[in-house]
Amino acid sequence: MLKDKDRIFSNLYGMKDRSIKGSMQRGHWDNTAKLIKQGAAWIVDEIKGSGLRGRGGAGFPTGLKWSFMPKPEAKKPSYLVVNADESEPGTCKDREILRHEPHTLIEGCLLAGFAMGAHTAYIYVRGEYVREREALQIAINEAYSKGFIGKNASKSGWDFDVFVHHGAGAYICGEETALLESLEGKKGMPRMKPPFPAMAGLYGCPTTVNNVESIAVVPTILRRGASWFSKFGRPNNFGTKLFCLSGHVNSPCVVEEEMSIPLKELIDKHGGGVRGGWKNLKAVIPGGASVPLLPANMCEDALMDFDWLKEQKSGLGTGAVIVMDGQTDVIKAIWRLSKFYKHESCGQCTPCREGTGWMMRVMERFVSGNAELEEIDSLLEVSKQIEGHTICALGDAAAWPIQGLMRHFRHEVESRIKTNKNSHLAAE
Amino acid sequence: MTDNLRKVVIDNVEIDVDPAFTIMQACEKMSKEIPRFCYHERLSIAGNCRMCLVEVVGGPPKPMASCALQIKDLRPGPNGEPPIIKTNSPMVKKAREGVMEFLLINHPLDCPICDQGGECDLQDQALSYGVDFSRYREPKRAALDVNLGPLVETNMTRCISCTRCVRFITEVAGVPEMGQIGRGESSEITSYLGQTLTSELQGNIIDLCPVGALTSKPYAFSARPWELIKTNTIDVMDALGSNIRVDSKGKRIMRIIPRNHDGINEEWLSDKSRFMWDGLSRQRLDKPYIRNISGRLEETTWDLAFNAISDKCLPAAKILAISGDLVSAETLYAAKKLVNSLKGRTECRIGDSYLPPRDRAAYVGTAHIGGIDVAEQIFLIGTNPRLEAPVLNARIRRAWLRGAEIKLVGEPVSLTYEYQYLGPKLKDLDKLSSNFLKANQLKNSLIILGQGALLGQDGPDILHAVKDFKEKTNSELLTLHVAASKVGAMDLNFVCDMGYHSSIKWSDVVLNLGVDDYEIPKGPFVIYQGSHGDRGAERADIILPGCAFTEESGTFVNTEGRPQMAFKACETVGDARENWAILRALSDRLNVPFSFNSFEELRTQLFHDKPQLGAMDEVPTNSWKPSEKFSKKCLEKNLNTVFKDHYLTNAIARSSVLLAELSKNNNKVNSKKGLKVT
Repeated sequence: MLKDKDRIFSNLYGMKDRSIKGSMQRGHWDNTAKLIKQGAAWIVDEIKGSGLRGRGGAGFPTGLKWSFMPKPEAKKPSYLVVNADESEPGTCKDREILRHEPHTLIEGCLLAGFAMGAHTAYIYVRGEYVREREALQIAINEAYSKGFIGKNASKSGWDFDVFVHHGAGAYICGEETALLESLEGKKGMPRMKPPFPAMAGLYGCPTTVNNVESIAVVPTILRRGASWFSKFGRPNNFGTKLFCLSGHVNSPCVVEEEMSIPLKELIDKHGGGVRGGWKNLKAVIPGGASVPLLPANMCEDALMDFDWLKEQKSGLGTGAVIVMDGQTDVIKAIWRLSKFYKHESCGQCTPCREGTGWMMRVMERFVSGNAELEEIDSLLEVSKQIEGHTICALGDAAAWPIQGLMRHFRHEVESRIKTNKNSHLAAE
Repeated sequence: MTDNLRKVVIDNVEIDVDPAFTIMQACEKMSKEIPRFCYHERLSIAGNCRMCLVEVVGGPPKPMASCALQIKDLRPGPNGEPPIIKTNSPMVKKAREGVMEFLLINHPLDCPICDQGGECDLQDQALSYGVDFSRYREPKRAALDVNLGPLVETNMTRCISCTRCVRFITEVAGVPEMGQIGRGESSEITSYLGQTLTSELQGNIIDLCPVGALTSKPYAFSARPWELIKTNTIDVMDALGSNIRVDSKGKRIMRIIPRNHDGINEEWLSDKSRFMWDGLSRQRLDKPYIRNISGRLEETTWDLAFNAISDKCLPAAKILAISGDLVSAETLYAAKKLVNSLKGRTECRIGDSYLPPRDRAAYVGTAHIGGIDVAEQIFLIGTNPRLEAPVLNARIRRAWLRGAEIKLVGEPVSLTYEYQYLGPKLKDLDKLSSNFLKANQLKNSLIILGQGALLGQDGPDILHAVKDFKEKTNSELLTLHVAASKVGAMDLNFVCDMGYHSSIKWSDVVLNLGVDDYEIPKGPFVIYQGSHGDRGAERADIILPGCAFTEESGTFVNTEGRPQMAFKACETVGDARENWAILRALSDRLNVPFSFNSFEELRTQLFHDKPQLGAMDEVPTNSWKPSEKFSKKCLEKNLNTVFKDHYLTNAIARSSVLLAELSKNNNKVNSKKGLKVT
């Protein structure tokens, strides 16, 4: 279990003072200029060395991503864009940072922005996060009035501005290129890649889009050193991570833990155990709505990190653990996710636009069992026709939960179809 | 094009291509067909249909959209081998089948009642790349149709959301009136706030739509493409000479669609040219008419009409032939021959616009239409290209998008791009500081001179003033005409030194070849030869019914001086005859018989006399004649544009019910809208 002294987000629950004064007492904004003076290359190397992987879901090494940014040139500015459009079902970690620890994020913006040669950061806040945006804006105002950001930010000689942009509440705007489109004032529809944002992002300028958590941990990593951060977790999965526990646990929560923590420990220690006891566990979605679920037998020795879960054909995603107990209708649960993806598909490219609705409707019939057995394979094939054929990853995200369901609970779907058939026969 | 080509392997064949090429372009270079819906060469890349997926070996284990991925972005193999692309692997086949299945699940499959049937990309590609069964058991989606106006019919349930129409209207037409609203399954293409379209290029979205979602309203349910006779010909509704294909069934013209010509219209066509065909069957002159004693026009025979003409003409009458907007060079040539042998005169400059005879570099200019593509400054003088040549206007817009500066002198008109308004007078060109002229060095500068600038008595002075400006700024000049026959007539020197107004006073007999826009004063005896009973026919004493441009062959020279041939697409109406043949018969009656007896002989003579007209589809270089002294007074004159109602500029257009409706709608819209000037 992570010790209190190793927690980056010491005010995660908002029990302490979240203003700049309180934040400074907890060690934020402590001689930020000194960190900046060590140079951009040092920051990037330090982040690379810490093994920090993006906390938004894909798990791309953050330091490596920063190093893709071209050298700053006079003609085109570089931008840092922070993705606070946290909309993945089950995920609510960035929200705690925005409202209780905004200063870690703002300081992170300054350091990350400096490291990639950006003078401007945009924080794109999810439309539903109204209070969170207000809290963040207050914190930004505080930082400006203290001179921590703005001209000659923190007396480091680096000019840095932070702007908050409030989204309108679309899941797809959490996709980095759709977010940039939305930020530019257009319809939030993903762009084709390449060109990647590091080459042509916001307004056609070099841009890096990072998750809130990825940026917010940067100041502490730089202060305590890459080696401190990489103490936690298995190789290639270093660090601490915010986990969100929701569903059928006795005490749902957001908690900072070290990477590679066993799932069982996470649920038992922080979630107060599964409702009805560990034996009553049916399945867990380990990383937010888009990753395939794990059945109870695999949860026994599951490790919460990118690589272990990937080996099990699931994923860490955002670290949002959704627990389902034995009374759950798992088919219905996955149908609900299909409905979500159908609702949130932007409609730009064919497979996702047409396929998400198709999958949702077939799932709907599976819930009641009003289907044929061969439709299971047909649905799986449709999900494969979507996966990897779309512009962005929403198509994949819509396909995975269904593939996970069929991988682990196919018998349940089959028996429901059979039961439905028999009940019809009995009635006749 | 860059010199350093890059090697790629496409379907086991190694090929060198420009790294800026997309995979699709590289495949096309090898004649590999890549199916597509959303991709269009002249629009931006959307990449949303996912039909063009190909396999890129070594990349991520998923197929890539070939329309958007450039060769330079492909990673070489581990030992620097060229990237490998497969267009026919099992992965690609499966991807195409998958996308096709998705496109079809919500498509109504109503091909038997769809006008696109037979020329539908979805139909063709479903046959080539689809599967022959459907697994979809859920209810299909339907969408409400949108009212886009009298030209474009919508069947939005058929829409596959390729967004070609949205991109065309936004990028090429320059009026962002269409868009996609909603999300996911419920996203739909619609017009802004449900309003009808106002673009004068909107008909092109019918051609662009790869399915039957946008079809032609006037053509609806009237023919199938395979039963139409297709004739490649030239449009005469403006002076651009757009390349068109006229589709006819029996004697009727069913529709007109554009053909590609990179130098002129690319593959666009203005609505006036596309939808005027109902005008070809209305108000037609199908019999000769003669004005009787009581002053009414009554039907007669060719014989009697010719008798009356020879009575009027033979006692050494002073004959003046005037040319309208839609007359072919052959007809003009015959008319000129006839009138010259009777010691008469000819004139084509019926409007007040001044054009200098024998100075081709001034009445045509020195630039090509394609010159707009490289121009860095474009000066519009006394013109409204949006109305005078909408397709040309789209090209200017593209130049503007590329970064060219547009400056306008004359009436402040509403264009589809922003321009710097210098002022209403030629004098306002002086606002360009000498610094601007020097700093810019005015490389690739182009002047587009409208007919409106040359109106009135100051015409010659203004022309020389513009020529002077051209010389000072080292620009190219493009004289933008509005009448399809004008340049051909000028090339044939169908003018007289006295000019129109004096000639008409001088004349006893006027041979009017389709002039409808200008009243002929009382006095002369008027022979009207033309196809439509328009204003010119009302003033006539004798009417000789001629063929319309779709009913006879002829040569037209466009505004940049490019001769092109129009061809006969269908039979004419009633007793109407080919125009050259009428003049040939008349020459016999007037005892000045022509030396040619067939159209071919006429054409041979014409091309012999004027070899430049025979050099089809070539734009000759015109030698520049230096500007002459001009009176400074002309610099103070407010320049006008030549016409206000774009849709009703000639007899055919005025006979079209559809264009009348467009004109009405347009006037309504314009009265609401303010002008956008920067």
